Amino acid sequence: MIKESIYHVDNAAWRKVVPAGDYLMETVKKGQVVRILDMEGNQAADTIFYNAADPSERYSAFNTIREQGNIYLSAGTRLLSNDGNLMLDIIADTCGRHDTLGGACATESNTVRYALEKKCMHACRDSWLLALAENPQYGMDKRDIPENINFFMNVPVTPEGGLTFEDGISDAGKYVELQAHMDIIILVSNCPQLNNPCNAYNPTPVEILVWDGAVAA
Amino acid sequence: MNDSQSILYQDCIPGGAHWSMLMRRGTQLRLTDVEGGANLAMLFYNPLNLLERYNAPDTLKCQHTFKLTAGHCLYSDMGRIFCSIIEDSLGWHDTVSGDTDDAMIEKKWGRRSYQECGNDWTLSGRHSFLVEAGKYGLGKRDLMGNVNWFSKVTVDGDGGMTFVPDHSKAGASVVLRFEMDTLVLLHTCPHPLNPASSYPVKPVNYQISKAAPVTEDDLCRNSRPENGRGFENNRLYHLGL
Repeated sequence: MIKESIYHVDNAAWRKVVPAGDYLMETVKKGQVVRILDMEGNQAADTIFYNAADPSERYSAFNTIREQGNIYLSAGTRLLSNDGNLMLDIIADTCGRHDTLGGACATESNTVRYALEKKCMHACRDSWLLALAENPQYGMDKRDIPENINFFMNVPVTPEGGLTFEDGISDAGKYVELQAHMDIIILVSNCPQLNNPCNAYNPTPVEILVWDGAVAA
Repeated sequence: MNDSQSILYQDCIPGGAHWSMLMRRGTQLRLTDVEGGANLAMLFYNPLNLLERYNAPDTLKCQHTFKLTAGHCLYSDMGRIFCSIIEDSLGWHDTVSGDTDDAMIEKKWGRRSYQECGNDWTLSGRHSFLVEAGKYGLGKRDLMGNVNWFSKVTVDGDGGMTFVPDHSKAGASVVLRFEMDTLVLLHTCPHPLNPASSYPVKPVNYQISKAAPVTEDDLCRNSRPENGRGFENNRLYHLGL
C-alpha cells in the first residue's frame, strides 16, 4: 500500500547518508520516526532492529509475517520481536513492498548462489559483523544477527511454493517510514551486492532521517 | 534390507516434548508422523562452532523455493549443508512460520499447569528450544528461524499465508541425510498456525541409520547448480579448509 509521509525533511532531528557497502548503527527513541530513503533507486537496505534496553530482544522476520498473515511488508505492517512485542510499525511507504524472507548476502552464501570464486566479495553480513565489532557498547556478536528485512526488495512466492527474485520495484526518492514503539537500535547494511541484477550491479547510497514523533509537516 | 538401511537406533518423541542430539556425517534420520497431523520443529548447529547455524533465508533463496521437500538441502549461514532431504512422502514442509511462545499457547489453548497435568502440560515451542539450547551453552540470542516438518503454509498472489490442515497423514515420513556433523534441537509442540480446538499432542518416530554414500548422480547434489557448490563447500570443510 502506497502511503505518503507527513514529515518534512527540514524538521528532521538528524539525517545521515549511508554509502553503498557501509553500515549505520544508531539509537532511535520510542515515538521517533525513522525514514529510509532510496536515494538513487533499486538499492536494498538490509535492516535489523533491536530493543535498545535489551538487545536479546530483536526483530523477528517469521513472527512478523505469521502474525500479520502476509509475507510482504508495507504501510500498516507491525514489526514484531522474538518476544512477540511490537517494535515499530510502518507508517508511510512509497515503494509498496519489502522483503523479509530473503535474508542478507554473505560471502559464504555468495559462493553457493553465484560461484565458488565469489567468496571474497563484500557482503551484508561483513558489514554487520564490522558494526558489532566497532560498537562493543552493545555487547553483541555474530549470534545477534537474526533474519532481517530487505527494504526495497521484492521476493515473491508462487502458490506452488517457488521463490522468485524480481527486478527492483524501488526508484530514486522512494522511502519507507517507521515509528518506534520502544527505544530501538537500528542496524542497516547498505547492501554491497554486485552479483544480483536487482540493483543493476550498482550499489548506491541510502539516507536515514529521524524525526521526533510529534513534529509533523 | 541392505546395510545402509539397518536401523542403528529408533525412538518415539511424544507430542509436546523436546529433545536434542548430535547427528554424525554419513548417517540419516527418518522422521515419521505416527498418527497424522504432527509438527516437528528443528534447529541445526555446527557442534565445532556453535555460531554456525541453520539459515532459513539462505536455504530458501539458494534453491529458489519457499517449501522444503526431497532434493532440497538445509544450509548453514556459512554456505555449507547440514543435511539433504533424500526422501519425502509429503512434498511440502514449512520453514517460515517460526514457533509458538507461551502467550500464544495460552491464548489458543489455555494454560495447563504442571501440577494439574503432570507431563501432559502444554509447553510452547520457544520454551522447548530454550531448554535444549541451554544444554549446549546456547540461549535466546541463538534461536533462529526453525523448520516445521510435516506442516504446510501456502502463500497467495497477494502474499497472504494459509495453514493447510490435515496435510500430514499417519505414516508420512521424511528422510534427512547429514552431510556434516550436526547438533539437532527438536520439539513436537504444535505449529503456531495450527487452528486445532485443543492443543494437538502428536508423536513423531525417528530412526537413525547409516546413509548410502553420496554418488555423482545424487538427487540433492544435482537438483540445482547451487547445491553442487554447497556440496563442494562441505568437501572443502572436511579437508580442513
